[in-house]
Parts: sequence; structure tokens; C-alpha cells
Amino acid sequence: MGNQIITAVIAVIAVPLALLGYIIVGEQIIERLSDTLQKWIRPYFWALPAVGFATVFMVYPLLRTVVISFRNNDDTDWIGLANYKYFFTFPDTLTSLRNSLLWLVFYTSISVFLGLVIAILLDRVRYESLAKIAIFLPVPISAVAASIIWKFMFDYQPPGTPQTGTLNALLGSFGQQPVAWLVNSTTNNAALIFVGIWTITGFCMVIISASLKAISTEVLEAARIDGANEFRIVQLIVTPLLWPTITVVGTTMIINALKTFDIVYVMTNGAYDTDVIATQMFSQLEHNHYSRAAAVGVVLFLAIVPLLIVNIRRFQQQEEQR
Amino acid sequence: MSAEQVTTRRETGVAGVSALDRLGYRLQRLPLHLVIIIFCAVWIVPTIGMSINSFRSVSDMGQAGWWTTLFPPHGFSLASYQQVLNIEGVVPSIVNSVLITVPATVIQLAIATMGAYAFAWMNFRGKNLFFIVIVGLMVVPIQMTLIPVLQFFKVVGLNGTIVAVWLAHSGYGLPFEVFLLRNYLGGLPREIFESAEVDGAGHAVRFLRIAVPMTIPAIASLTIFVFLGVWNDLLVALTYLGTSPNRPFTVVITQLVTSLGGGWQFLTAAAVLQMALPLAVFIFLQRYFVRGITSGSVKG
Repeated sequence: MGNQIITAVIAVIAVPLALLGYIIVGEQIIERLSDTLQKWIRPYFWALPAVGFATVFMVYPLLRTVVISFRNNDDTDWIGLANYKYFFTFPDTLTSLRNSLLWLVFYTSISVFLGLVIAILLDRVRYESLAKIAIFLPVPISAVAASIIWKFMFDYQPPGTPQTGTLNALLGSFGQQPVAWLVNSTTNNAALIFVGIWTITGFCMVIISASLKAISTEVLEAARIDGANEFRIVQLIVTPLLWPTITVVGTTMIINALKTFDIVYVMTNGAYDTDVIATQMFSQLEHNHYSRAAAVGVVLFLAIVPLLIVNIRRFQQQEEQR
Repeated sequence: MSAEQVTTRRETGVAGVSALDRLGYRLQRLPLHLVIIIFCAVWIVPTIGMSINSFRSVSDMGQAGWWTTLFPPHGFSLASYQQVLNIEGVVPSIVNSVLITVPATVIQLAIATMGAYAFAWMNFRGKNLFFIVIVGLMVVPIQMTLIPVLQFFKVVGLNGTIVAVWLAHSGYGLPFEVFLLRNYLGGLPREIFESAEVDGAGHAVRFLRIAVPMTIPAIASLTIFVFLGVWNDLLVALTYLGTSPNRPFTVVITQLVTSLGGGWQFLTAAAVLQMALPLAVFIFLQRYFVRGITSGSVKG
């Protein structure tokens, strides 16, 4: 433990110092070179640490994972699409695919929709900033802590015994039977997705609210004077103006949905048919089925590729406007 | 009827209508307030309930819900905290979380700022292509990298060390940070850099004396963001540390949840301890926190 602390302190001080040294010494050397050589070499020298890190930890592994997915588990021979065939035929992995699709549809649409609705509603009251804190509160909370929070909400005791879970106690007060939310396969995926929505709605709300504030009040006042009611204003003016922001938030949520891991891993560990692609991949990894895990990873990546292209397009458009 | 009476009647009449109007307006807005209050309750009650439960004994938690403590006898107790902190590995794991988070944040932000400067203020062949790759990497799921990086750490003997997690987090965080800081740095006024160049300041001086100080607001927001991201991380630490004694708090809590099955209730105390830091950061540094989120996403 003592050693660890020393290593950490050294890292915190030494890494910035090393970078400082790299910059100063490197620049000293570069400045002695001829002008043309300077112009050529300097940018690469500055970009090298960042590009190097990204290459070692992202670009190379990405390519390597694609290769591994076509190899056998000992990495000694090519086995074609066998790992993918396994993924698309084995019932357990198909369940995880179905669940990820459920996450994709419901987590994305509901969190963005609630974020929009709450942002619009809060815009109309005086205690907006206070209410925002309440909705935003789960965002900084880790998925691990959120899972424990919701394990209590979903807690189930057999009928007849006192219900300590908040939801089942509520049901009981309406004279309903308790529900085993996380075990029952008709409710458990919905329950997990709701936890995901609960942790992210504040995030969607804050971003949408920021662009809502940018809409000029004159436009809204003009519409009100013309006799438009609030629903028409939201439908015909506010939502179209917010649309670019909504699509940005929506893409982020789709990526989040596909990458979902923590909540499922902590709350059910994929049991009772709640597995998603990312937890399925992790369990393959835990069982040392590296090439199968790689194939699952590639499937996840392929699902994200269209969004990656959308992001790059949007970036290029922004660059043209700069 | 005197003129005086008429005016008073008219005035009270007007006042009466406007009071009624105001009441009508209030009533009309009642559903709005109700909906907002319900949303706020759903978003805040679970956290409060769990936090209250962490201050009750496990046997109380099993007998009645958290809301019963709102009425006397409250029956608060610190037993869960004692129990959690006495489990072997819990206290070291909290220290590990700090030892992982602080260096990982410093390392990646230092490297990212330098890289962002190159992308913002230098011209070189392949710059656009490099940057498009970085924009693309922002959305690549880290799952795509786990296996080769794990194998790499095993080969170089870093598997299970905190150095491995620092490096991995830094690699994963860089694309987003370089992107954000490059946009911020690129937005600084060109004249400042040009006049410094005329005065004979080299790139090292321009970067350290001008670019970095002027980027502090963006770096501050990012620091909060990155710090909490690493503090709350589960997947990276679980993959590269697993059951190593260097594993952080989130991993230990998760392993306790899955291994305990039944009597997990005292882990409420662990959850409260784990989320105390993020919540404190959020409450005290709210403005930076929200600014970080909005600037990162709206532009991204």
C-alpha cells in the first residue's frame, strides 16, 4: 500500500514534468534544425504523445480485435466466421442481442423524450433551478451505486410478509400482489432499462434545456399574441428549433444503450434473460473465450459504425462553418 | 349615489375580477406543478430511501421499509458502515480508487492538452485525417479494445497493476479530450499567438505561457468530468484488475453484490460512501459540471 501511494504521487508529479521536459528539450533540438525541417517535424513531435496513446490503446486494439474474431481461441489458425456463427445461433447470445435492441429502442426514446418534456415544463416555473438539481442528481452517481439504490426499490418479499421494497410496498398499499421485478422475465428488462433512463434523463434535460434557453423569447411571444396555445407552440416552434440538439443527444443515447454494461452486470449479472451484448462479451472474456468475445465486440462495433459516420459528417459540417 | 361610491365599487369590482383571474391562472397551472413534483419525487426518492437505509441495522431493513424511520422510533445505527469497513479489502479499495483516479486524470489531461495544441495551431500533412480518426474514436466502444490491451498488459507484466489502469483510462479518454480542447484552443484569438511569435516566443513559450493559462476554464470542466468518469468506472478496472488487490471500490462493491446473493443490504453503506464524492463534487462545483456537459455534447 505504501509503495502504491508513492508510485501514484510520483506519477502525478513526474508525468507533467516529463511532458514539460519533452516540450522544452524537444523544442531546443527542433529550433536548431533548418526551417523546412522544423516546419515538417515540429507538428508530429507535438502530436506524438496523444496520437501514440490513441494508437496503442484504441486503433491497434480495434484492428487486432477484428483479426482475433476470425481466429481460433489459441490464436493458431483461421476459422472463418465460426465465432460469428456461434453468436448468431446460440440462444443465450441471441437473447443478449434482443435485449440490446430493447435497450436501444426504449432507453434512447424514453430518456430523450423525458429530457425534452422536463426541460420544457421546467422552463415555465420559477423553481426551475431547484427542480433541475433533483432530476440531475443521479447523473454523477455511479452505475454501481445506482444499482444498489434500485435493488431497494425493486426489492421483493413473498406475499404476506412486509414488503421492504418501495415499489412493492406502494403496490401493496393499492391492494396489489408484490412483483419480483428483477426475476420475472416480463418485467426485469423493463426494470433495468428504467434504471438506465433514471441515471441519464438529467443529462438529456440539461443539454436540451441549454438550447431551449437560446430560443428567442420574441418568437414565442409573437406566437402567443397570435393566439397559439402552449401545446401548438411546443409542437410547431420549440421542437423543430430543438431538433438538431435532440438528434445529437439521441445519437449519444444510442451509443450509451449499445454499450450498456454496469447496470446489468451489477443488478442481475445477466441472469433471468437480462444479458446484453456488453455483458455477454464480458462473460465470454471471463471464461477465456477470447475469440468469441472478440466477435461479440465486433458486432457491437458494427452496430455503432453508422453513428460513427454520422458524427464524422457532423464534424465536417462544423469545420466548414468555422 | 355619490361619485365616490361609484369609483370604490368599480375599483373593488376590478380587483375582484383580477383576483379571480389569478386564482384561475393558478388552478390552470396546478397540473404543471403536480407533474413536475412527481418527476422530481421519482428522481430523488430512490437515492434518499437508500441513503436512509444505510443508517439502519440490517435486521430493521428486512422488517420494514425505509419510510418507517421517518416516524419515531427512528432506530438509526451505524452498524452497516462498521460492517462494510471491516470487510477485508474494502478500506484498501477506497484508497486504490484515489490512487487510480488522480494520476489517470492528470496523465490524460496533460497529454491531451499538448496534442490539442498541435491540432489547433500547427499545420501538417495528414492533420485532417488524424483528427477525423480521433472524432471517430470518440464513439468506439472500449469493448473493442479490451482483449488486445489485456493481452498486451499480460505480455509486459502490467496486468493487475494500477499503472495498467492509468494507461488504459488515458488512452480511452484522450480522443474526447483532444477534440474538446482543440475546439477551445482553436477559438482563442489568433492575434495573441501571432504577436507572441513576432516577439520571438517559440512554440514552447506560446503553449506554456499563453495557450495553457487561457485554456484553464476548459481544463477545469474536463478535470471534473474525467475524474468522476474514472472514479465511477467499473468495466476498465474489472477487466484489467479483476480480483487483484489493487482493484478499486466499485469493483469490490460489485463483487460483494454478486457473491453475497442474500444479505447484501448492508452494502447500502458502501454505495453511500462510493457516491459521496461525486455528489459533493456535483453540489459544490455545479456550474463547471453542467458547463462541461453542455459544451462537450452540443458541439460534439
